[in-house]
Amino acid sequence: MKAMSIAELTALRDKMKDRVAMREGSGQIRVVVGMATCGIAAGARPVLSAFVEKVGEAGLGDRVIVSQTGCIGICQYEPVVEIFEDGKEKVTYVKMDAAKAAEVVEKHLKGGVVVDAYTIGQNK
Amino acid sequence: MIRSHVLICGGTGCTSSGSPALKTALEKELAAKGLTEEIKIVMTGCFGLCALGPVMIVYPDGTFYSMVTPEDIPEIVEEHLLKGRPVERLEYHEQAAEDHHVVNSLSETMFYKKQKRVALRNCGVINPEDINEYIATDGYQALAKALTEMTPDEVIQTVLDSGLRGRGGGGFPTGLKWKFACANRGQVKKYVACNADEGDPGAFMDRSILEGDPHAVIEAMALAAYAIGADEGYVYVRAEYPIAIHRLQIAIDQAKEMGLLGENIFGTGFNFDLKIRFGAGAFVCGEETALMTSIEGNRGEPRPRPPFPAVKGLFGQPTILNNVETYANIPQIILNGAKWFADMGTEKSKGTKVFALGGKITNTGLVEVPMGTTLREIIEEIGGGIPNGKKFKAAQTGGPSGGCIPAHLIDTPIDYDNLLAIGSMMGSGGLIVMDEDTCMVDIARFFLEFTVDESCGKCTPCRVGTRRLLEILNKIIEGKGEMEDLDRMEELCNYIKSASLCGLGQTAPNPVISTLRYFKDEYIAHIVDKTCPAGVCKSLLKFTIDADKCIGCGLCAKNCPADAIARTTYIAPGHKLASFAIDSSKCVKCGACLDSCKKIKAISKK
Repeated sequence: MKAMSIAELTALRDKMKDRVAMREGSGQIRVVVGMATCGIAAGARPVLSAFVEKVGEAGLGDRVIVSQTGCIGICQYEPVVEIFEDGKEKVTYVKMDAAKAAEVVEKHLKGGVVVDAYTIGQNK
Repeated sequence: MIRSHVLICGGTGCTSSGSPALKTALEKELAAKGLTEEIKIVMTGCFGLCALGPVMIVYPDGTFYSMVTPEDIPEIVEEHLLKGRPVERLEYHEQAAEDHHVVNSLSETMFYKKQKRVALRNCGVINPEDINEYIATDGYQALAKALTEMTPDEVIQTVLDSGLRGRGGGGFPTGLKWKFACANRGQVKKYVACNADEGDPGAFMDRSILEGDPHAVIEAMALAAYAIGADEGYVYVRAEYPIAIHRLQIAIDQAKEMGLLGENIFGTGFNFDLKIRFGAGAFVCGEETALMTSIEGNRGEPRPRPPFPAVKGLFGQPTILNNVETYANIPQIILNGAKWFADMGTEKSKGTKVFALGGKITNTGLVEVPMGTTLREIIEEIGGGIPNGKKFKAAQTGGPSGGCIPAHLIDTPIDYDNLLAIGSMMGSGGLIVMDEDTCMVDIARFFLEFTVDESCGKCTPCRVGTRRLLEILNKIIEGKGEMEDLDRMEELCNYIKSASLCGLGQTAPNPVISTLRYFKDEYIAHIVDKTCPAGVCKSLLKFTIDADKCIGCGLCAKNCPADAIARTTYIAPGHKLASFAIDSSKCVKCGACLDSCKKIKAISKK
């Protein structure tokens, strides 16, 4: 039996925090990936996986939740990703792929700058 | 990388309705779909909505599924976990009603909205069998804070200032109890003990806390030990709680392995060791002196107080004994401060209280509300009201030691003092809701039968007094009562209350006293009119067949187990067959005939 120090306890808490943060539902930013048949066919799975992975890597797990939804209604633009943030307008990214997802995590979720090139406005 | 957590309730309620099978099915299905690396299954403690078990929650979206079967799992995995479309038909009805693009947060539903979870904060959130998850939610931080930044006296003062009162029934200020036991730290062997001998019929909050968040109790007991200068603790838990015992033991082992229990905790020189003792389920062992006698290995019988346990407790040494729910509040009080806790609740009852909702209520389960919440809020809003459109008649709080709250007092804010004032008591928090079909005399008998069975027999008022009281009640229920019996009962109740040795006897007459106080008319109906207004007491019931309604099908006679129904010679106008009649001397009042005549409704009971 080893005696744990308080510093070790706190370090362990910080390390484990991400593990339960998801269950508090307190994410300020919600990333929603359209995962209906059309989305999946267009390649939404790797987009979803990329978001989950990059958000974790960037240490944003306590602020950002990644989830899926059904058909968003603009099938020709799939894979579609919507980002909801309290007090801000919804941002809709279209024709996404894993690389674009990584860029959005880096610039938008981490840096706070919307990646205009991938939003629906630019793709119309 | 994990993108979703599926929480499955592993509380006793959901375990018995099949949650372990859900886990197996889910594991299999996730493996088949190759999602094992992305989706994590977590077995948690009780979520509270036991009536809808087995329940599961999918995060991050917080979708709440109720009454799930293993057959539903492939659909949930395919539709929800893979495609992100929640399976509507399994969603909790309140959530399902909302627009699906905005998933209604669980905390916004009526059941959870008015709740404030302090003691239950981790129940249904963390995996109780993994100490890391407790640590992730600030677990053992309170102990670290106390051991390094606070003196034992400061810990006691914080608990005193918080206004926390014993949640097991008595409502004694917890800090005061600790203060009484704090003298001569380090010079005298002392103990801390935890009362997990939850025995009230219908109460299961302590079990759920031990099952859902065992480390909170362990941490609190270590804090108590530090405060009074003890180094050894016992949790007395009934052997009928196998899941709680199992998880508590895992928690103790994990805490020991990490050095959070044992010697030189956090390198501060503070030692604390914790053991579990099993109770055999005797109700009297929830009484503090009997509980300690039982831990010592003797027959669980109470002894007179004083000396109080703080002076002479376990093995003759100063001991503090608190209830599970009381302990579960302590780490939060130390971490957030006394004021944070004292800001919740009413003037003399601070914080929150967990209630086990049962009886005639839609949402049977576990709820935690701030003190001062009204019974109406608990029953109508959180509890979802009374099913089948029936009318609320009364609620029983405090189990066999408590009393009933009649309908006209439904707006009473619930706290220790208000409940005492209206003749009930907080008790451990069992809340049994009764509707118009409940006979109050029968309820009084039910609880009294329980205490008669559970009386340990050591003192005469309880052993003999409660039995005589029960005999009078039985007499009334059998239709042989007389008006003088009411005075006799009242007199006997007062004797038992004032002369019994321990809390069991002193509170045993409460259900009789309070039903006599609020429902005397029902007693009188049983005695004078020889009827049971709620239609419960069999001896006073009479089943009759309306000869003019009876179509002579004979189904009732076929179903009657006592051959008490026979065809008459009377043929009602417009009918082809002769009607039937019940021979009340043969009738056993089982009600089978009533059930068989649901269509024609020719049979009535009165």
